Amino acid sequence: MLDLNILFPSVLNGITTGAVYALIALGLTLIYGVLHIINFAHGAALMVALYGVYMLKEKLGIDPYMALPIMVPAMFVLGYALQRGVINRASHGKDENILLVTLGVSIVLENLALLFFKSDTRSIETAYTLTTVEIGPAFIALPKLVSFAGALVVSVVMLLIVQKTDLGRAIRAVSKEKQGARLMGIDVDHVYAMCFGLGLASLGAAACFLMPAYYVNPQVGNGFVLVAFTIVVLGGMGSFAGALLGGLLIGVVESLGGLILGESLGQVGIFVIFIAVLMLRPQGFFGAKA
Amino acid sequence: MTTRRHFMGQSAVAASALAFPLVGGAQPKPIKVGVLHPVTGALAYSGQQCRMGALMAIEDINKAGGIKSLGGAKIEAMLGDAQSSPQAGTAEIEKMNEAGVSAVVGAFASAICLATTQAAAKYNLPHVVDVGVADQIVERGLKNTFRFGPGYKKCAEVAVASLHALNTAAGKPARTVMIVHEESLFGTGTANLLAKELPGYGYEVKEIIKHANPTRDFNNIALRIKQVNPDILIPANYYNEYALLVRTLQQQKITPKAIYSVLGGAASSYKFVKEFPEAANGIIDCNHWFNPKDKRSAELKKRVEAQGQFFSYEVFMTYTAMMLLADAIERAKSPDRAAIIDALASSKFQNHIMPYGPTQFVNGQNMGAQPLMTQVHKGDIKVIVPRDYREIEPIFPLKA
Amino acid sequence: MKDFRRIALFTLVIGVIPFFTQSGVMLNFVMTALYACLLSQAWNVLGGFGGQFSFGHALFFGTGAYVQAIAQMQWGLSPWVALPLAMAFAAGVGAFVGAASFRYGLKGSYFALVTLAFAEVFRILATSVPFTGAGVGLMLPLKESAANMQFANRAGFIWLMLGLVTLALCITAWLRHSRFGAYLQAVRDNEDAARAIGVNPFSVKLIATVLSGGLMGAGGAFYVQVFQYIDPGIAFGSHTSVEALVGAIVGGLGTLWGPLLGAISLHILADLTRNLFGQLPGINMVIYGVVLIVIVMFLPRGMAGLGAITPLQWLRGSKRSDGDKS
Repeated sequence: MLDLNILFPSVLNGITTGAVYALIALGLTLIYGVLHIINFAHGAALMVALYGVYMLKEKLGIDPYMALPIMVPAMFVLGYALQRGVINRASHGKDENILLVTLGVSIVLENLALLFFKSDTRSIETAYTLTTVEIGPAFIALPKLVSFAGALVVSVVMLLIVQKTDLGRAIRAVSKEKQGARLMGIDVDHVYAMCFGLGLASLGAAACFLMPAYYVNPQVGNGFVLVAFTIVVLGGMGSFAGALLGGLLIGVVESLGGLILGESLGQVGIFVIFIAVLMLRPQGFFGAKA
Repeated sequence: MTTRRHFMGQSAVAASALAFPLVGGAQPKPIKVGVLHPVTGALAYSGQQCRMGALMAIEDINKAGGIKSLGGAKIEAMLGDAQSSPQAGTAEIEKMNEAGVSAVVGAFASAICLATTQAAAKYNLPHVVDVGVADQIVERGLKNTFRFGPGYKKCAEVAVASLHALNTAAGKPARTVMIVHEESLFGTGTANLLAKELPGYGYEVKEIIKHANPTRDFNNIALRIKQVNPDILIPANYYNEYALLVRTLQQQKITPKAIYSVLGGAASSYKFVKEFPEAANGIIDCNHWFNPKDKRSAELKKRVEAQGQFFSYEVFMTYTAMMLLADAIERAKSPDRAAIIDALASSKFQNHIMPYGPTQFVNGQNMGAQPLMTQVHKGDIKVIVPRDYREIEPIFPLKA
Repeated sequence: MKDFRRIALFTLVIGVIPFFTQSGVMLNFVMTALYACLLSQAWNVLGGFGGQFSFGHALFFGTGAYVQAIAQMQWGLSPWVALPLAMAFAAGVGAFVGAASFRYGLKGSYFALVTLAFAEVFRILATSVPFTGAGVGLMLPLKESAANMQFANRAGFIWLMLGLVTLALCITAWLRHSRFGAYLQAVRDNEDAARAIGVNPFSVKLIATVLSGGLMGAGGAFYVQVFQYIDPGIAFGSHTSVEALVGAIVGGLGTLWGPLLGAISLHILADLTRNLFGQLPGINMVIYGVVLIVIVMFLPRGMAGLGAITPLQWLRGSKRSDGDKS
């Protein structure tokens, strides 16, 4: 069972699946790293983005990859508005309240989707959905390879924003020392909202890459949330390189775990790693020590 | 004098009331029936399809004159949302009971049905189970529970016997089998039954793969299928996973001699066939299906599609469950719960669009209930087994 | 002490409800509301008083539920014996998870996430292990009798759950007035300072986890007795974890009556909205979510923090607070 003809494609599958996980985790790690919010609404936001990609294809015929320049800014605006208008206002900054508010937001989003789109699963058909690329003994689906490239690009973009721009500098300041940043004249609320916006914007990109190979229904986000949290912790909260590498690693662990333990039990590998990292190295691989 | 006139007056009123019960525009009281399904939450799609089937049936019954033995009384639906959880389902039963419903039709999912039938039993409230395939539903000795359709034990037995029949007729080209099932009650139960029955017919079960709900990626499972290279692949999972699996197989160019599903989530789904005609082509399913020879099925299908919906099994299962109930109320000649239970228990209902023949309940299970074998052929779903319902010759195996 | 008198009054008032109504809807509502109360109270012990937010309380719930089922179906025990056993096992799991987490110094979101991970691990294992019935789950055979803890009348379940809720209330009251409780809250407020004055944060938090787990396990056992079917999703799924923490936070963390207020209010809200606009499923949950956000917006300290009056004082017309806020 563990011969190279199976192992190699399995690892490649894991890497490409992991790339999509990484895309989802990138936004979460930014939101967690800066705002210290465990964003319960992340899965629901992914679902909203997937519906967006679906609608653009079905109603306007726009290919998911072409939809990137529409989805990313749209999700950014949604994220900014949610944080500034709802989460910040409602929670008064208390941790447990932020939790409840993001939970409330996820319930509202999921059921609004149920209302508008009904509950049946939607998928899109594109010219390249079935195309595979031969890499050695493996046939890798083209959309998954594109996701891999996309994950690399988005990680680099996020990194550049945070390292090289003024906004990035403000973000780093706020995440390290909120009061100090405020005293220096930085509008903390605005920075928080920008962060949340960026976090959701990366979900917009993730949705564009995910939709060709997957599907959407109101509950689709739930399947990705736990994996995303695992990656955020593994890579280090706030680290994009960590989220990318963590995503790839988790993808491979899931793949190999499935091979060795069976697809159902194999999932346990992800969470065992989660627990081990939390206990032994909670700052993850690239995170700063808490 | 006054007394006599008074008495005469009263008798006259009484007499007229007896003779003309509908005088004065008084309609016979409608019969309230609870329609309980998980219309929100994880099972929302199925729940909503079921509800649609129930409401269409009620519409048809009322249009045809209602319950004639009760003076044309109309059936009135009391809608309930089981919110995809047994707790909410039970709470709805309590509400329906207090609202005085005469019977309940529901609740699609086995876990919810287990709870709702039991809650209804406390009030001797007749509960017709529309889908709920778990066998335990009708094995607890509850007198109020009636399941019109087959359970998964029956489905598994029929599936294996039919597979053997198909294989034998084709000269026995297939010998090895691989099962891919989802991890919860339905998938595991079905897989266990298949694994027990198949060897008895001479088939080798090479591997059984269990996967989670939801499974985000089937490439590894596809790899394994490629490696094991079974003659027959038997999937038993829900729509989303089934669709992903089959699409992945198509992508990886893996083509077993037959894909033979048992209660396959997408295998006999018009939605799937419409959206993925190539991937779906040739797939055989052993699933709930209507009688293709009954013209009313086609009419019902047309009506459902005219509403922009798919004619999925939830629709016709609940539709016929409601028809069964209406027939029982007709024969009970009363909205009284105990009378309806007796009528159901002795029901011989056969004026329906399912391939079950005349109804006969033993311990709450309709003995004539059976699944049918269908195959996807040129973008449409046709019945292949058993012969009396056959629409086209089966294509087995798909390739030599 | 005032708290215990109030608890006794509460127990009495709720206890006689079954004598005043025969309505199945009402009795079922009281039963499920009390059940929701227990979950939130259990969470509150660790989350409100201990300051350790757990996202995976379903871990204890599921353990209690499975033990309750397995003890009857595979070990042939009476459900009345199984119940304390279920609580003990759940408490034991609490000890294990607590010890592991606190030994490695996990707090805040890290602790929350690790509890979530443990719940998921148990869920995945339960899907594969034969003695839990694997994915098929376990179905408790139907045999109605008080001796079998399957009451024909909801009243029986109400009194059983009332007993558990009262137990939880007493434990919570004890936390409010005992030295241990003071230590626990001190650790919650400032762990280092507490350590400096000689409190052992590890053992204090561990005991809180054990208590919290045990109570939650009772909830799981109760669920199995009422609904008679358990599978890995129901047992260890996140919706139970969420239900527990939402009631406690909305009601008021670290208070005696908060979790009850919160759980009952949310329960009423869910019930009221369930069949609103029945033709358009989904709207009810949208309303629920919006109301949740609004409650948090206007009651940041939870419902019990509202003017810091206890419900009983409010009923008696008194406005003086009695330290019912933390």
